[in-house]
Amino acid sequence: MKLIIAIIQPHRLEQVKEQLYSAEVNLITVNEVLGHGRQKGIDEVYRGFKETGNLMRKIRLEIAVNDNFVEPTVNAIMKGAQSGEMGDGKIFVLPLESCIRIRTGERGWIAIG
Amino acid sequence: MMETAVKNSFDSGDTAWVLMCSALVMLMTPGLAFFYGGLVKRKNVLGVLMQCFIILAALSIQWVLFGYSLSFAPGKGFWGGFGWFGLNGVGLEPYADYSATIPHQAFMIFQLMFAIITPALIIGAFAERMKFSAFLIFTLLWATFVYDPIAHWVWGVGGWLKNLGTLDFAGGTVVHINAGIAALVTALIVGKRTCYDKYSSPPHNLPFTVLGAALLWFGWFGFNAGSALGANGLAVNAFVVTNTSAAAAALAWALLDWKFNGNPTMLGTVSGAVAGLVAITPAAGFVGVGASIAIGVLVSVFCFIAVGFVKHRVGYDDSLDAFGIHGIGGIWGALATGLFAAKSINSAGADGFFFGNPKQLWIQLLAVVVTIVYTFITTYIIYKLVDKFIGVRVTGKDEAMGLDLTQHNERAYTMLE
Repeated sequence: MKLIIAIIQPHRLEQVKEQLYSAEVNLITVNEVLGHGRQKGIDEVYRGFKETGNLMRKIRLEIAVNDNFVEPTVNAIMKGAQSGEMGDGKIFVLPLESCIRIRTGERGWIAIG
Repeated sequence: MMETAVKNSFDSGDTAWVLMCSALVMLMTPGLAFFYGGLVKRKNVLGVLMQCFIILAALSIQWVLFGYSLSFAPGKGFWGGFGWFGLNGVGLEPYADYSATIPHQAFMIFQLMFAIITPALIIGAFAERMKFSAFLIFTLLWATFVYDPIAHWVWGVGGWLKNLGTLDFAGGTVVHINAGIAALVTALIVGKRTCYDKYSSPPHNLPFTVLGAALLWFGWFGFNAGSALGANGLAVNAFVVTNTSAAAAALAWALLDWKFNGNPTMLGTVSGAVAGLVAITPAAGFVGVGASIAIGVLVSVFCFIAVGFVKHRVGYDDSLDAFGIHGIGGIWGALATGLFAAKSINSAGADGFFFGNPKQLWIQLLAVVVTIVYTFITTYIIYKLVDKFIGVRVTGKDEAMGLDLTQHNERAYTMLE
């Protein structure tokens, strides 16, 4: 089992969701987050006062998958979120120790899907 | 019947207009609260709204008890004195020296709204770091010992600046220079917000600020056109030049932003509109449309420089630019009145510099200097007194937690439902 965390551009969320559904990945959690990468944020100007390094809005996805779903999920996110421009985001794949479905108490791979 | 007796002595159109305008000016203070509230951090927004709202309540009581008397009771002294304490003698008959066609109490309630918004303007200077208790006492003392005397000097029967021939149609000197200078003084002594130099503090809700600016623009028709104290041609002139100046200043600031900061900004555009309203205030009943465009364009130039460059160069934290817009805009407006005033607009006024009367400019300058000096010194003394007995500034910990929680035990926005 793996936990996939992806940081993507907010305006790409709908496309990523579409791709995930067509790869039959239906369980995601979405957060609005702030951050920046190597481009070090954006500048804002308030009454002539420039404020540098402001964090940008991003979307953070969390998807728990069984091992055979890792590649399809990563590919779906890539397809939906990639524009080739700076700021497209990152995908992290983490080992997942356990998973419990609260409704039934089921544990392990069966609880994910 | 008593009603008919009262009715005969005033003009119903004028009275309706002044009451309506009183309501319009009342709305400016909540409008200002949103203008300022949007500019602060989310943890301090209730603190700012509360400061504005409590002034609405506290000054309403101060005014009917003794504020109106100190400002407007006739007298050649420091202020009007206590002759009209508790509105004693301020009835429903007109008081001809102020307004022959409306009940005296209509004039009183209209003037109250000015007395309310003036101390509220100062809030912008010390936003996000003043203790509420200290703020309340500071404001009451300031209204009594700064606003009331200056209102008397400029507008009151027997006021010495009025007798000199100072032109201040709707309160450029009394309201805006006065509040602007008090803002500068308090910003200088209260000190910068913690981390002001290190970290940025962008406005937490600019749409609030735009809403507030729109309410200010709307209310300002009451402020300026209402100052004609009648439903007449002078009110129409004030209405037209007020709108024109605000529009010219909003456009000018947007263009300045575009040229010097890369993009026209929403905050810059509404700041320009407010600056334009400030600058036309003393002139509204004395100048024509052409002059109002010049006044509006130039006030944006001056304020743009003041808040964009001078403030950071000098290094004081006038957090929401109360001095930068009301002080600078007010001074320009008062002087511009001395430049552009014309008797052809208002025969009760005077001709200005451009109409063959350079002396008017000097009279205006004198009123500006007197107001600056008196307000600067008196505000300083009041601040120091309040600081000695109560302490003006919140603790560093309270400032970090925000005024909403530490001063009022409330939060403006919940994170979870």
